[in-house]
Amino acid sequence: MFRIFNRIRRTGQLTEPLPAAEQPAAEPGARCQQEIARKFSHSLAIRMVDAGSCNGCELEMHAVNNSFYDIERFGIHFVASPRHADLLLVTGVVSRHMEEALQRTYAAIPNPKLVIAMGDCAGCGGEFGVSYASCGAVANVIPVDAVISGCPPTPEQLLRGILELLQRS
Amino acid sequence: MNGGQEFNVTPGRVLQLAAGLAADGLAEALEPSPGLVARLSLQPGNWGRVAELAAQQGLRWSAVWGDHCPPQISIRAVLFGSDGHLLLETAVDEQRPELTSQSPFYPAAERPERTLHDMFGVQFSGHPDDRRWLRHQAWDENDFPLRRDFPRNGKRSTATTGDSSYPFPAVAGEGVYEIPVGPVHAGIIEPGHFRFQAVGETILRMEEHLGYVHKGIEKIAEGRDLAGLTRLAGRVSGDSSVAHSWAACQAAERALQVEPSSRALALRAILAERERIANHLGDMGAICNDVGFAFAQVQMSRLRELWQRQNLELFGHRLLMDRVVPGGVCCDLTPQQISTLQRAGDCLHRDIEELLPLLLEYPSLQDRLRTTGVLSPEDARRFGVTGYIGRASNLQDDLRRDAPYAPYDRLQVRVPAYLEGDVAKRLRVRGEEVLVSLELQQQLLHELPPGALRVACPPPGREVEGIGLIEGWRGEMLAYLRLDAESRVLRYFPRDPSWLSWPVLEVLLKNVIVPDFPVCNKSVNGSYSGHDL
Repeated sequence: MFRIFNRIRRTGQLTEPLPAAEQPAAEPGARCQQEIARKFSHSLAIRMVDAGSCNGCELEMHAVNNSFYDIERFGIHFVASPRHADLLLVTGVVSRHMEEALQRTYAAIPNPKLVIAMGDCAGCGGEFGVSYASCGAVANVIPVDAVISGCPPTPEQLLRGILELLQRS
Repeated sequence: MNGGQEFNVTPGRVLQLAAGLAADGLAEALEPSPGLVARLSLQPGNWGRVAELAAQQGLRWSAVWGDHCPPQISIRAVLFGSDGHLLLETAVDEQRPELTSQSPFYPAAERPERTLHDMFGVQFSGHPDDRRWLRHQAWDENDFPLRRDFPRNGKRSTATTGDSSYPFPAVAGEGVYEIPVGPVHAGIIEPGHFRFQAVGETILRMEEHLGYVHKGIEKIAEGRDLAGLTRLAGRVSGDSSVAHSWAACQAAERALQVEPSSRALALRAILAERERIANHLGDMGAICNDVGFAFAQVQMSRLRELWQRQNLELFGHRLLMDRVVPGGVCCDLTPQQISTLQRAGDCLHRDIEELLPLLLEYPSLQDRLRTTGVLSPEDARRFGVTGYIGRASNLQDDLRRDAPYAPYDRLQVRVPAYLEGDVAKRLRVRGEEVLVSLELQQQLLHELPPGALRVACPPPGREVEGIGLIEGWRGEMLAYLRLDAESRVLRYFPRDPSWLSWPVLEVLLKNVIVPDFPVCNKSVNGSYSGHDL
């Protein structure tokens, strides 16, 4: 037990401010937090659906929850039920086998709701595109409010993408 | 173990089986293609019989796939023995595609054979399960997407309904109930359906229904050039991008008789070991987190993040996608970068050596992981499961050691293995594999040979084919490739190790309590995308 405490003490705090890109003075996480405070009573609940991804986007979605990015500090958290969600975060092309599941998840989210297509597949079809097995981009199946491009988007790109949508919605 | 007899690796020998089959007139020996020990041509009627003999002699079943070359559908299967890989070939008529099943002798062949029916219409006589597998509702029962005459964009333009009619076997009995889970799961995870049949808290039976992320990878590979194929291969399963693209490139290079430089191969191995390390770190944390031990999750995700940042800094991509290219790699290391990597490797080694004992000795964690989700060594061998799942159940097969390809043919690969087959041992194997991979990385960096990063892959001028076999972090990875005279893809088949690991999840859940399902699932961690294609 003491070895664990000791390790925790030595690890210290890892969580870091996100480096700002286009507006050097501003800090996107904090701005995200302001937007969420104003529009979502301090808490933005995300339901993610993998509609046919290669699982690369999921790995980066896990990463935004690690200690370095710690997305929860901005009031953003991933929820199990679409009924609790404000935002639907979709990865992958929409496989035809997931078409109805995605539509039903979308329908289960209370209005008003936001949809982000994360990654090149979800945004424009990526490597997989449209085929006998795939409907292609998410926008071909449900309305999309924002696209975060990248294959996969880095954790930072994911955070910025969420912020950009919050600022204009 | 019975009678003190221990099977550490697959015991059967390919050459012995091949000689016996040829002597009995059951098979005709062909010239083996590169990377294989033997290649046999069979009559369709002997397909099942040969599998029966191979199973008796202790060979491990690896893969089966089809290739529609009108008017025939050629069927190939790969088996593994302690001396390497065996390719079996046969062909059936497209009008009457009938074959005897290998499933009665190799349970791992069950779902791949059902898939051959879904995709090519091949009928397997003697198959224990005639249900569809990858086909849901996106195409008709009498349509077969991997036949040449099936259009790439399918025959339907209407919306596809959900697959609510999959025939799960019914259960009956007092107090028996069902829990349907998925395809959309509670966490950040890929989609699939699990049907639990339980009494009280105890799982009587769990059955998987996969195929939700089937996106037609094999079909859309057709007609691609090698660069396009490699990009696609790197996205068969995003967490195994290096391994899949290496397997595809190895298949292409063998087909084209091109040999990448030893520098390029060493760099590929460094990338592959880094991919193994990143995934093991992430999953070790996640396994512990599934039983509420957040300390491990925080520490392991810390290490994983640092590792991925270094991937971005030195190789240009956090998940190392698109670094392996036909003929070599597209990244290099300067002497300064090599020493940066060596320092980071030493640092991670120290961290794991400190953290692993904490996990292995922490009583309330081990209490949850020991004797949970047990896969017996007998079941591991029967199902032929590879990677850390096999090794935790004493099936050690590791292509880096047992069928080595360059650069592993000049390296010593230590393979950790245990008998218990529980979640605790699968966790331990992964921790120890991180240390092995780090040692391999350091050795590869230390002796990084000179050479071109990339050699040309000129078009062959005739139709060629090749098989790639790589030890990915999940286990044995296979890629089959047939190319036309201009190096365009005629057929690409990637076999992710998840095909071998998903079936054993059902086996090791017997008598596990429902709340322990997540930790058991995470300890197996099959890829949905790699499986569904």
